[in-house]
Amino acid sequence: MAGGIESLTWFFIAVCTVVWLLTMAALGFAMLRRRRTDHADPLKERPRADRLATLAVSGLVALTAVILVVLTAATFLTGKSLAGMQGEGLVLRVTGQQWWWQVTYESDQPSRVLSVANEIHVPVGETVTLKLTSADVIHSFWVPSLAGKTDLIPRRTNIQSFVVDRPGTYRGQCAEFCGFQHAHMGLLVIAHPRAEFDAWYEAQLKPAERPSEASRQRGEQVFTSRACAMCHGIRGTSAAGRVAPDLTHVGSQQTIGAGTLPMSEDNLARWIADPHHFKPGVNMPKTDLSGEDIGAVAAYLAGLK
Amino acid sequence: MSAGGRRDDGGLRAWLPTLLAFASGVAGALAVKRMLYPQAFARIAEVPGIARRAPPPLVPGQVPFDTRDDGLDDETLDRVLADTWRREPGFVGWLSSVDHKDIGRRYIVTAFIFLFLGGLSSIAMRIQLARPENGFIGPDLYNQLFTMHGMTMMFLFAVPVMQGLGIYLVPLMVGTRNVAFPRLTAFSYWIFLSGGLFLWASFMLNIGPDVGWFAYVPLSGPEYGIGKRPDVWAQMITYTEVASLAGAVSTIVTVFKQRAPGMSLDRVPLFVWALLITSFVIIFAMPAVMMASTMLILDRLVGTHFFNPAEGGDALLYQHLFWFFGHPEVYIIFIPATGFVSAIIPTFARRPIFGYIALVLSLIATGFLSFGLWVHHMFATGLPMLGASLFTAASMLIAIPNGIQIFCWIATLWMGRPVLKTPLLFVLGFFFIFVAGGLTGVMVASVPLDLQVHDTYFVVAHFHYVLIGGAVFPLLAAVYYWFPKFTGRMLSERLGTWNFWTAFIGFNGAFFPMHILGFMGMPRRVYTYPEELGWGGINLLVTAFALMLFVSFVLLTVNVVRSLRSGSVAPANPWDAGTLEWAAASPPLPHNFARIPVVTHEEPLWHERESLPAVAGLRVDAREIVVTTVTSARPDLREASPDPSIWPFLSAMAVGATFLGSIFSPWFVVWGTPVAAVALIGWFWPKGNPEDEE
Amino acid sequence: MIRLIAAMSLFLAVAACEREDRSFQSPPPGPADQVVLSPLSPGQAAPVAANSGQGQAYESNAYHVSQGKRLFTWFNCVGCHGNGGGGSGPALMDDAWIYGNTIENIAATIREGRPNGMPSFRGKVPEEQIWQLSAYVRALGGLTSKDVPPGRNDDMQSAPGENRMVKDPFGPADAPPSVGVPNNVTPPSPAERAPL
Repeated sequence: MAGGIESLTWFFIAVCTVVWLLTMAALGFAMLRRRRTDHADPLKERPRADRLATLAVSGLVALTAVILVVLTAATFLTGKSLAGMQGEGLVLRVTGQQWWWQVTYESDQPSRVLSVANEIHVPVGETVTLKLTSADVIHSFWVPSLAGKTDLIPRRTNIQSFVVDRPGTYRGQCAEFCGFQHAHMGLLVIAHPRAEFDAWYEAQLKPAERPSEASRQRGEQVFTSRACAMCHGIRGTSAAGRVAPDLTHVGSQQTIGAGTLPMSEDNLARWIADPHHFKPGVNMPKTDLSGEDIGAVAAYLAGLK
Repeated sequence: MSAGGRRDDGGLRAWLPTLLAFASGVAGALAVKRMLYPQAFARIAEVPGIARRAPPPLVPGQVPFDTRDDGLDDETLDRVLADTWRREPGFVGWLSSVDHKDIGRRYIVTAFIFLFLGGLSSIAMRIQLARPENGFIGPDLYNQLFTMHGMTMMFLFAVPVMQGLGIYLVPLMVGTRNVAFPRLTAFSYWIFLSGGLFLWASFMLNIGPDVGWFAYVPLSGPEYGIGKRPDVWAQMITYTEVASLAGAVSTIVTVFKQRAPGMSLDRVPLFVWALLITSFVIIFAMPAVMMASTMLILDRLVGTHFFNPAEGGDALLYQHLFWFFGHPEVYIIFIPATGFVSAIIPTFARRPIFGYIALVLSLIATGFLSFGLWVHHMFATGLPMLGASLFTAASMLIAIPNGIQIFCWIATLWMGRPVLKTPLLFVLGFFFIFVAGGLTGVMVASVPLDLQVHDTYFVVAHFHYVLIGGAVFPLLAAVYYWFPKFTGRMLSERLGTWNFWTAFIGFNGAFFPMHILGFMGMPRRVYTYPEELGWGGINLLVTAFALMLFVSFVLLTVNVVRSLRSGSVAPANPWDAGTLEWAAASPPLPHNFARIPVVTHEEPLWHERESLPAVAGLRVDAREIVVTTVTSARPDLREASPDPSIWPFLSAMAVGATFLGSIFSPWFVVWGTPVAAVALIGWFWPKGNPEDEE
Repeated sequence: MIRLIAAMSLFLAVAACEREDRSFQSPPPGPADQVVLSPLSPGQAAPVAANSGQGQAYESNAYHVSQGKRLFTWFNCVGCHGNGGGGSGPALMDDAWIYGNTIENIAATIREGRPNGMPSFRGKVPEEQIWQLSAYVRALGGLTSKDVPPGRNDDMQSAPGENRMVKDPFGPADAPPSVGVPNNVTPPSPAERAPL
């Protein structure tokens, strides 16, 4: 997918570099070429030189036109091959929010609809179709290694399709200015072989496991009874907030706060203690939990694999 | 929402009568003007025709005064005319000045002060970005800073400085004594100044807009645009574009009707052509953004639904309106710069420009095509493929007129005998940078490429190559070139060379690596970036070179200050250039030319080396200019040129209070409108013309 | 004169800074305001015995009010109070304030709850968000300074514009006007409707 764009890019760079070098060479020669030393009147007529220059300039303009036609044709061909992708494949709905991504895997069976945040897992070698929209302001979905940008516009649905050729983790980021934390609105696309993807999907569909250790049980109790549950949901518990990322399997994710911090229990505790230290302006508040409670919640969340 | 709805009703009720009052005030003022103007035009059958210069000297002892210029010697004529055309003394006189040179100079100096402020804001941003996860500036201030940087550079520096140079130079270049509408031009300056001050005062008070210079809805809309910051953006835009429009109207009429006799359209200097075409582009482009900003402020303050998709509005409508202005805006900045280049190259290549007709036609083509490209700013919004392809082709097409210009300039240098002075040095820097910027422009015209680099640092690099390379380098060339004309002093060549090399190296060092950052995936408008992405090193480099670029402007300031205090005195035509402005004294006297020259060639000063032929028969005891026909510039009328007046200043203040206060309370409109109406009535009050009453 | 200008600009500066400041660092939790519990009968404002003075800073700040507006939806205040017009909970846009209309009173109402359905959010909503919500509730009631409240939402407005109402000539007289019926849907003829 990105391959076509890459070769087009190199083609444009090559052509542009050559044109630039030739222009500079002409300019350099125009400045430095040796001239007869008579200091004539600036208005002295030189019909022959003028005729030659007219020919030269006309030729160069024609050449410019040809180059532009070639570049335009290359653009159309690449665009056409990108647009000719077959089938819908895996269909996801991606909703941009200030400043995170809600990703919903659609399915005919309501029990198999899955909602995760900031991470998109896809099978390798299959078409993935994203339905992009926004819950608040305009964002732009961009995973540089996979495809170009597509804007997420409130009350519109834009479509982007891509195929990931190699397994791996691809970083993406919001590309349209969307407020305070436009800089920290990252996402990851993680491509697995089909079997691994299916296993991941089944695991994600399960509700959260009840903790066995006392400290994590305390964490769950704090989570569901205090401010956390006002916004976040964890399937399998009474926390059913819908306005912030679903945390059912948050421990299995790679980052915290849409790519702000790497996932670890310590980082979770630091993040909960003061999200605005890492992501000033984020909609998650600093809570009045005690240090002990924060540790318990962090331990609980980190264990939600 | 319901609470909002309740407020809106009150707002609307307060707005309607005031809008009506405002409209009737404007209509009344226009009616007065219409009554006034037929009298002000006196068709003169007895145009004295074209007489050779140097009329017979006066007999000694005779009263050295005649109401016509035929019988006066040059020295007396200069004295009498200077007395007629000078501005009134004192502070009020300073505020009342309608001299295009005063206004142009104020425009240029003010714009450079805003350039300095915009530069400072960019330095602050560069320091923040020098390190990953730097804590120098938080997101709130950073968002304000990049918005202020963009707005200041586009609306308070680039467009006004071009218009300011136009206001100063166009009348001199076409050989007349003032612009067509001097009071309107003065009004435009006061609007521009007060709008700019308002923006920066808002920033200082923490109400500076933080939604980007493009202010996309819904981020700037009523729901997500918090506080008064986006209101400041919207009203500031509407308000300062009034200044641009007023300046454009004045320039167009000056060029069409006030050219020196004999300056037919094929003898108009290319600089003047460039300003003329820019003015037309302004007139067609600016209303689009004024409409967008007005709809935005109505959405925000009055509760309309232009951009509310739930009620049949559309967020993309805003983008279309904005970019229908936004792309021509680039050419509004760039076309005057091509005018500088076309003026400087013949002088230093020591031969007339090659391909005059081709250059004029490509300027016109650029002006037209600039309106067909706006969608290439919106490729990522999910447009249909066919539409996007059309705009790709149009965007590629505009490379052709620009290519023609580049080739003609190189051909001129090729066939001439270049003299490498600072202005030409800056023009060479322009070629180096602008051609690269133009080529990256071809790259972003291609949809698949654009979708990769759109809103990344590649685009930041691209448009700084186009705007700094394509407009600021020619502007610096223009400053070095015309500074002797403006001030009567030469700038130092040595400091000028230093200035050039620091600017050139600083610019390329700062902006070339941004192309690479863009390909590495760094998006625009981020206040910081994570360390593990490896963008830190290049960003540090960029910041270092940005500081160097800043230093180059400090050198320019030093050069200007030193030259003003102790620079060598400039003769009238220090570069031996060929266009009319060099026939005036350096700096020009208030009336520009003692006798209006008659043009016989496109480089008149090269063609008539001894003395220019001149028009005689103009009055010297009143401000009079020659009006000529549009195409062949045959002398047509003598027309009175307005006297100084304080009313444009007062009108601008009244309009400013109305516009800008309306952000905070609709009552500003209620109370501001009558004041504006009074100021406009004072402005257009008929005073009668003594000659017409005879 | 100069003193007047200086005083005015200082006032403007202070007013603007306060209104526009986006402070993301919540203040250290002060002592909770002392609240006298209200009597069960409505009509009397429940006085706040002591207040920490934090409220003023919130209700004069556009950012906090606008955050409060978000939370008002997110925490489903809409569920009972509507968009301020009231539902199973009292309206917040009118002049009747059962438990007082100072920001401290409103904050206390949110924090402690009130009889007949208003739950207590103590411990569930952090102090800062309680203040933001209270500031927005004040704005709903038109009690804040006029230049602070946010504008309308990009939502359907409660009543469509008159010119957007599509009249169904055959519909029952008391049917709500249907909005946005596509033009190509022709209303069924009376004959077709007869069996109904």
